[in-house]
Amino acid sequence: MNFKMVFNVIGRICQTAGVLLLVPAVTAIIYSETTQLFALLITAVASFVLGTLLTIICKTKNHIIYAKEGFAIVAAAWIVTSVIGAIPFVISGEIPSFVDAFFETVSGFTTTGASILTNVEAMSKSMLLWRSFTHWVGGMGVLVFVMAILPNISDRSMHIMRAEMPGPVVGKLVPKAKDTAKILYLIYIALTLVQIVLLWAGDMDLYDSLIHSFGTAGTGGFGIKADGCASYSPYSQWVITIFMLIFGVNFNLYYLILIRKFKAVFKNTELRWYLVIVLISTGIITANILSISGSFSKALRDAAFQVSSIITTTGYSTTNFDLWPSLSKGVLFILMFSGACAGSTCGGLKVTRTVTLVKSVGREFKRMLHPRSVSAVVSDGKSMSETEVGSVNVYLTIYMLCIMVIFLLVSFEPLGLETNLTATVSCFNNVGPGLAGVGPAGSYAAYSDFSTFVLSIAMLLGRLEIFPLLIAFFPATWAKRKKAAN
Amino acid sequence: MKIVVMGCGKIGNTVISSLVSEGHDVVAVDSNSAAIDEIRDIYDIICICGNGADYDTLLEAGIDKTDIFVAITGSDELNMLSCVIAEKMGAKHTVARIRNPEYNDKNLPYVKQYLGLSLHINPELLVASELFNILKLPSAVNIETFSRRNFEMVEFILKENSNLDGVSLMDLRKKYKSNFLIGLVVRNDEVFVPDGNFVLKNGDRIGIIATPHEIHKFFKTMGAIQKQAKNVMILGASTTAFYLAKMLLSSGSNVTIVDKDEARCSLAAQRLPGAVVINGDGASQEVLLEEGLLTSDALVTLTGIDEENILVSFFAMSQKVPKVIAKINSNELISMAEKLGIDSVISPKRIVSDVITRYARALQNSVGSNVETLYKFMDGKIEALEFNVSNEFKAQQIPLKEMKLKSNVLIGGIIRKRKVFIPTGDDVICAGDRVVVISEGQKMKDLSDILK
Repeated sequence: MNFKMVFNVIGRICQTAGVLLLVPAVTAIIYSETTQLFALLITAVASFVLGTLLTIICKTKNHIIYAKEGFAIVAAAWIVTSVIGAIPFVISGEIPSFVDAFFETVSGFTTTGASILTNVEAMSKSMLLWRSFTHWVGGMGVLVFVMAILPNISDRSMHIMRAEMPGPVVGKLVPKAKDTAKILYLIYIALTLVQIVLLWAGDMDLYDSLIHSFGTAGTGGFGIKADGCASYSPYSQWVITIFMLIFGVNFNLYYLILIRKFKAVFKNTELRWYLVIVLISTGIITANILSISGSFSKALRDAAFQVSSIITTTGYSTTNFDLWPSLSKGVLFILMFSGACAGSTCGGLKVTRTVTLVKSVGREFKRMLHPRSVSAVVSDGKSMSETEVGSVNVYLTIYMLCIMVIFLLVSFEPLGLETNLTATVSCFNNVGPGLAGVGPAGSYAAYSDFSTFVLSIAMLLGRLEIFPLLIAFFPATWAKRKKAAN
Repeated sequence: MKIVVMGCGKIGNTVISSLVSEGHDVVAVDSNSAAIDEIRDIYDIICICGNGADYDTLLEAGIDKTDIFVAITGSDELNMLSCVIAEKMGAKHTVARIRNPEYNDKNLPYVKQYLGLSLHINPELLVASELFNILKLPSAVNIETFSRRNFEMVEFILKENSNLDGVSLMDLRKKYKSNFLIGLVVRNDEVFVPDGNFVLKNGDRIGIIATPHEIHKFFKTMGAIQKQAKNVMILGASTTAFYLAKMLLSSGSNVTIVDKDEARCSLAAQRLPGAVVINGDGASQEVLLEEGLLTSDALVTLTGIDEENILVSFFAMSQKVPKVIAKINSNELISMAEKLGIDSVISPKRIVSDVITRYARALQNSVGSNVETLYKFMDGKIEALEFNVSNEFKAQQIPLKEMKLKSNVLIGGIIRKRKVFIPTGDDVICAGDRVVVISEGQKMKDLSDILK
């Protein structure tokens, strides 16, 4: 284990976190929120100094990192940034309990959008902006951000990118990981800017459109109103719906569009399935809620918004879908698992894994009918290797195991099966709202410190796709060479 | 520059590593998914599993925007075919590895032109000529040539009781009065570009830059043997052995080739009528002694197995064979073999990757003073380069002592109208000169890179 290199990168992460904290600090100056400004600045300076010290102490010539270091760096970086990000909430006194502040920040960086706040509208503007800004940073990944802006971390920074980017395979756009990170961020920034302008042009002011664009881009879902997005105009709701879907698509496809390889985009298996799932779910729910919504246009708008919000694991809402019929709630619950495309900012299992699983089940059936048949799972016109299919199956297993363990731990709370189960699934898949007690109108405030902490870890596990965090807690990862007995 | 490398074997791996460290955008293509997976874990590049002669694979590799397409698979025909397709699809330059002696005859320039190849690489021939250079001057460990052999950098090791121990470079120059320069010193795995105050020690590996004539004079005064090896024994009847034997035979040496494979032996015998070909196990000491190892001036081990080459070399050294050269492919084994005392080690993949790196650097710099020759030492920590000075070079006619050179840069020689001289502070660089530069820790693309 190259400890020096790991801590060196962590140092850089602390520095970056310090700089990022200046964004809400500027907001605090604009809205003259002095307590918040003080809290943000002191955290920013402290983490920058700490980061600088770390990079100086842990300077090393050995820049080689292996997969193990990549996992450790990613896991440590996410925990460290979440801790740093939680401090301003505690210092400013807006969320006095550290566990709650940690939950809120983790929920931000992992783009979950689950909140322990019972009255969002009482929060200061700068803190709400910081909360939403963490979505934006966490969406594409903290380390990918660091890779894009800082000089080369290591020749093998691919290991970091692979551990942080969601999805079974990380496809590079251009040969160098650093350039790939840059392109991804440029696409991300461009799309976010377009959304900000479109929302600003509607009935939102600049502050609201910033908050909602950050939340949509990272597929996070922190809002600033108690009723979610319900009070905004249908235009704003449609803009958010469409952009949620856009940010749920694999970003590599946007690059393919930029370099004019349209054919590859249309042929993309995952994109097709994703759109089909969205259309079917919207259709079912529209029909199901038609009688309670009054008009068809409202039913369609609510259905489309909620479906996009849940499948992309954003978690915004325009209506309290907890009051919907069971069928609609069931559809939404299933969508929580599937998630959107790999290589986007979403959480969940990802459509590509779902498709692979469905296809490999189909193949298994075929094999039972024709025991001697040989067939491959085909995706994007290419057959997948057995290892790829196998690793998706293993992922599903560990995914279900994690949900079970977390659900069991959370079940100590006397909040009812529906609340606990949907809270677990929703946090683990980085969605945000669940049903019943944690529905769009509720909050996670009812949970004890222990459960809050467990759910924080669940969000991190879900965002980093389980393995990096688990491997970081595996003792062998941190093993040092044993000194000779004498 | 964007470079597509097809073939990720031993040589491909080294080429990719060198190109990546040069900062190029590299795409690797190989049909072996295990090889490609290994590469993907090590280097920051795009990896594509597929056949390099296949249109779709090349399209996926982005061949239309590629500057150099390098085909270095084991198959000459595949290399040539894929280069032709790549060139037609828009690759600006194509490089193919062509190693079959049947293709490497006088018709090659015609074939090359017809196929549109920019460069062909024959690793075996390159290795053989480097071996031949060393055998001409057996006291050297390694010889790199500049300016079409008019100028050389010869590396040798200061053995115990060397009369250079404790001598500073300033005194050395006064003592020998010959026209040479010490361009690099390797000591305990560290490498220096020395200045006048540097004091030599036994065990140092030093590189002298001078004309071949001066180097002979220097070795003579040193009392080191310097005659060309007369009786050479070669282990392994490989293609490299064939090229080397041909060169040695035509320069009048006696060659004995030992190989345990009968078919290869008879092929060698047919191709090399002047050589003695022995069909026997080269790893057997009995065979080697019987075939006259003790009377040989040199032993070259060229089997495909690194370990066998190393062990047989040690045996030959224990039998006091004056010159032993081992071909070793694995990087780890090279440094170990050097530490254990085999003084001459030849690495084919390093030679090939130097050639491709030089080619890429020269292409990158099509306007300024071009890189003509490039050698890397100690994993590329030190480079020796030869530049062709163009009119663009700004510091012309300025005496070297007034030139603001970067630290760790040494001007090793200036070649003007086929006359070579070791520069002093009063010399100047003019357009049309060739300049040999030794640099540490920098990647020079243009002669102007030596200036601050």
